[in-house]
Amino acid sequence: MNMQLSEAPPRKPAVEAIGPTVRIASMARPDERPPAAESQRDYIIQLENVSCYYGSFRAVRDVDIKAAKNEITALIGPSGCGKTTLLRTLNRMNDLVPSYRSEGRILLDGQDLNAKAVDPVAVRRRVGMVFQKPNPFPKTVYENIAFGPKINGFKGNMDELVERSLRRAALWDDVKDKLKQSGMALSGGQQQRLCIARTIAVEPEVILMDEPCSALDPRSTLQIEELMAELKRDYTIVIVTHNMQQAARASDSTVFMTMGDDRAGFVVEHARTIDIFTNPRNQLTEDYVSGRFG
Amino acid sequence: MTAATPTPVAIAPTERFEPALMRRKLTATIFYGACLAAIGILLLALVLLLVQVLVRGLPWLDIDFLTGVPSRRASATGILPAIVGSLEIALIVGLISFPVGVAAAIYLSEYARDSRVNRLLQTNISNLAGVPSIIYGILGLAVFVRLLGLGTTVLAAALTLSLLILPVIIIASIEALRAVPNAQREGAYALGATRWQMVRRSVFPAAAPGVMTGIILAMARAIGEAAPLLLIGAAGFVTFLPNPVSGSFSVLPVIAYNYAKRPQDDFQGVSGATIIVILVLMLVLNALALIVRARLSRHIQW
Repeated sequence: MNMQLSEAPPRKPAVEAIGPTVRIASMARPDERPPAAESQRDYIIQLENVSCYYGSFRAVRDVDIKAAKNEITALIGPSGCGKTTLLRTLNRMNDLVPSYRSEGRILLDGQDLNAKAVDPVAVRRRVGMVFQKPNPFPKTVYENIAFGPKINGFKGNMDELVERSLRRAALWDDVKDKLKQSGMALSGGQQQRLCIARTIAVEPEVILMDEPCSALDPRSTLQIEELMAELKRDYTIVIVTHNMQQAARASDSTVFMTMGDDRAGFVVEHARTIDIFTNPRNQLTEDYVSGRFG
Repeated sequence: MTAATPTPVAIAPTERFEPALMRRKLTATIFYGACLAAIGILLLALVLLLVQVLVRGLPWLDIDFLTGVPSRRASATGILPAIVGSLEIALIVGLISFPVGVAAAIYLSEYARDSRVNRLLQTNISNLAGVPSIIYGILGLAVFVRLLGLGTTVLAAALTLSLLILPVIIIASIEALRAVPNAQREGAYALGATRWQMVRRSVFPAAAPGVMTGIILAMARAIGEAAPLLLIGAAGFVTFLPNPVSGSFSVLPVIAYNYAKRPQDDFQGVSGATIIVILVLMLVLNALALIVRARLSRHIQW
């Protein structure tokens, strides 16, 4: 899982003394079960030799990572290293880009998402996505939540589903009197939680988050991080973040990516978050997490 | 970059900048004045037109005029057949151009790839919007009246006017659809929407205010057109309410034109009264456009 690539120089012993500058404030709750041992972990997403292309340009190459069930996996790395491209490949969102294609196998619960028989529409129902900028629909709060269930042919009690989804996104108390108001009238943090509620209303298995807090203030960011810690009981979360502290605080395992000389992004190291930030194996990772570049 | 000797920052005027505040302010004042003059000329023209029409037309405008049929005497003439003709045409134009125009716009904006052919097509549609309406009249006469044998009917007129305003509707709708942020499309896709569900439930509702405004304003244009209908053969003197698919018909702008052509002074007044009716109809449509826009966009805050 921890890979060393030719571009990544081996770690120099001289820098051993310089500790990482990122402090890890543990968000672990007392009641949380200890992380499962490596062998027991259940991997819901597995990438095997995945490369992503825009036309003839290779944006990401040879990615082999796994995301464990009910864990938060963070993708970090400098701008342009392909984190978002890789994330958007996981629910075939990038299929919407005309020149885009990906190679390799992306297994969701053992099933190859890129297989011919797989419909990207069905994939996106199982792998939801929360975007960088909150993008509520210009509809009421209620209709925002009901949108996904409706298009997916939900037959049950919609009121109940809307309330449950809003409760699980820790938004119910804020909006229970505003269900008929525009989702766009909410604050930025509330809008992002609305988008999370909208995503969990269709009961996906995995939630992808593309820098969900980059447009939010620190308070709203904290609320989203707390929500993520809550949601991982039921869902697997993969999050792209520019904020290293966020990765350190909120994730269980961290994937560090960077860009090679050919401008293609690749994975330098994937390990438990605590190891990436306190005991990185690779010099590039250490330089990045200690703030020396990026 | 040495921190010890910071380079002095110029706060006081130096030779490198020429303040000339007076000259800059003068430029600003001149431009402001020019803008004011432009709007003044426009308002003056509008007021002159309105005053002229109201002074000459209002005395002739009464309930008998609105509910009567044409007569050779100016005092006894009415425009009900023309009002009904215009409304019938408006209805049919709406029924034809709404689905066709919106569907074409959705195809071009949401389905078609951004290819050279597609761009050429859109440029051509923009050009069609600029073709003089009389040309559409010639087309309507040749195709609908003669070739398809519809005759000089409300239906032939409505089809012609639909062709006339379709480019306008398509352009306005494409603009409205393009103005919807891509994040809205991705948001729908991320919940497992098909392309049609994305269009139907996410993009189109978000674009609806712009689309509907475009359609209503285009219909106002169709109702105000006289030239293409004159070519098709709209009559100036029809004493019965028009049947949409057979028999001759009349519309308000053609009536106004016919009355204005007459030598008798009284008919000038009747023409003015007809123009007032057209203006009121336009005002109603524009108000409707505003209301529809406000209603459809109440949840939208980009």
